[in-house]
Amino acid sequence: MGEDTDATPTLNHRGFLPDHNYVTEADIISTVEFNHTGELLATGDKGGRVVIFQREPEGKTEPFSQGEYNVYSTFQSHEPEFDYLKSLEIEEKINKIRWLPQQNAAQFLLSTNDKTIKLWKVSERDKRPEGYNLKDEEGRIKDISTVTSLQVPVLMPMDLMVEVSPRRVFANAHTYHVNSISVNSDFETYMSADDLRINLWHLDITDRSFNIVDIKPTNMEDLTEVITAAEFHPHHCNLFVYSSSKGTLRLCDMREAALCDKHSKLFEEPEDPSARSFFSEIISSVSDVKFSHSGRYLLTRDYLTAKVWDLNMESKPLETYQVHDYLRSKLCSLYENDCIFDKFECAWNGSDSVIMTGAYNNFFRMFDRNTKRDVTLEASRESSKPRAVLKPRRVCAAGGKRRKDDISVDSLDFTKKILHTAWHPTENIIAIAATNNLYIFQDKLNSELH
Amino acid sequence: MSATTAMEVNAEARRILAVSISKLYASRTQRGGLRLHRSLLLSLVMRSARDIYHSSRESEELCGPQPAAEEPEQPMDTGSRPGERAGLPEPQPRHEPALSPSPSSAPPPVPRAEEPASAGEGCDGETSEDKENWSPARRSRKRRGKASAAPDFLPSKRARLEPGEERYAAPLGSCRAAAGLSLSARSLNQVIAAF
Repeated sequence: MGEDTDATPTLNHRGFLPDHNYVTEADIISTVEFNHTGELLATGDKGGRVVIFQREPEGKTEPFSQGEYNVYSTFQSHEPEFDYLKSLEIEEKINKIRWLPQQNAAQFLLSTNDKTIKLWKVSERDKRPEGYNLKDEEGRIKDISTVTSLQVPVLMPMDLMVEVSPRRVFANAHTYHVNSISVNSDFETYMSADDLRINLWHLDITDRSFNIVDIKPTNMEDLTEVITAAEFHPHHCNLFVYSSSKGTLRLCDMREAALCDKHSKLFEEPEDPSARSFFSEIISSVSDVKFSHSGRYLLTRDYLTAKVWDLNMESKPLETYQVHDYLRSKLCSLYENDCIFDKFECAWNGSDSVIMTGAYNNFFRMFDRNTKRDVTLEASRESSKPRAVLKPRRVCAAGGKRRKDDISVDSLDFTKKILHTAWHPTENIIAIAATNNLYIFQDKLNSELH
Repeated sequence: MSATTAMEVNAEARRILAVSISKLYASRTQRGGLRLHRSLLLSLVMRSARDIYHSSRESEELCGPQPAAEEPEQPMDTGSRPGERAGLPEPQPRHEPALSPSPSSAPPPVPRAEEPASAGEGCDGETSEDKENWSPARRSRKRRGKASAAPDFLPSKRARLEPGEERYAAPLGSCRAAAGLSLSARSLNQVIAAF
């Protein structure tokens, strides 16, 4: 791959205190998503807020401000709620954000917490009417006796204002925690998936949804697997895939039946019996699944690996990439400190030639599928001065031969994990969420994808 | 499997069970309610640990009884057990039924794990495995290093201990581990389903 990645970090949109090491939990970023053109980038956090960044248009006189992302809008998407029937608190954490393709001047996005999905409209206002007859410029009612003639209000330019309003609220459809939402290529429907069920919605209808997958056993004691992620095919509006905690993927065709419990294709790699351990099931659970832009491949992430599957081959993945195999011998400690339950996401680049996923110590990894080369980079303040080139990092086994700048497995900071990453749909720009900080890296040298 | 390896695996399995149960209980108080996926994974780990524990115990039996003189200790221990068990406040009624039918073989004693909480399989019927007392040299209940990183897990109805504290009646805690170990598959899932 060999690309030199410039760092143009966008930091501190949360008011991070530089002198302290603690992080306000509400500021922890829980999802990152580019829109379909890459002009906008949305992040959701544990406090239920959404922050949208907009890319500055290129062509400005100052060369270095080309294409930087700046805050465009911030709003509170979800609030904490309480389910009185079950005496459960419903977290306001934003689990996923998905943009709708732009169809008019406004932008629309779906954001979801554990139970409720909301459709938000993001629009700009850069003009306002002036010259009212009954109100003066400050909005005070005029004294009628002073009005001597009628005027037609005219639209005058004003400072840009971004308005966000909730257009739809899709509630009360999920008993379990929603983990995924995916907009269909028909731009009319979308699906939401929780641990046991997947529902199909129409974007305009909020009081009704169709259940298309239900894996809840009659007797909950027989439960063996849950749904971990789901996504629609990028081009075929009848196809979708969902992943399970057992490491399987199921491709379903909505034309076959109303309830797609029976899969069209089942993607499963047989387990290696020699690798069996206490934690085999946990590390085989798929945490994220993404279709390639072409729709031909699937990318999945489990705890230690990322796998590329060909839709035409169900028996095993096409490619398997070891993300941090040095953790395989440390699973017991990772189980004790809960890290083994971390759900890492994965991403394709625009041309489907490179895949990316996060790891610990604020490292993230990219694998070039063609050259088979991979790189480990770090998202941290120290290594990310603006316009600095990121230096590849290496993790060496404890006690192994160590080069300068290598980091040993035992020195990894497991509290610094990169769970959420996103890749611009067409350019080599990536967004990395490291706890409460967002890093945006651009590849200035190789701007065109190849 | 050699006797030593079986013992190590056994201790490891017990420890993992202890950690898992404490996680399961901790997750009940988590904000946002119980996470089904996480609970399922915990129960799978517990089941693996239990299966491996049982199979390593069987292989120990095959290896023959260990020379350690635990026989004289047993009567003393047996006598004290019922008292302790009676004193055990009810934490999990669904585990109790599983305890009685569990086979009470007389396997050779297993060397006690580092933490007192995971010792004491003796609640299983007639005790033959008196972890606390099988060897005077290992009477110490001091925590040892990282292996005892798991906190004393507790029944939910009792006060939670801070990590580092020890419940004076450690055998009670160990009964909980025993209860966990002899869980049937149904009980494991009942734990999940009940939430």
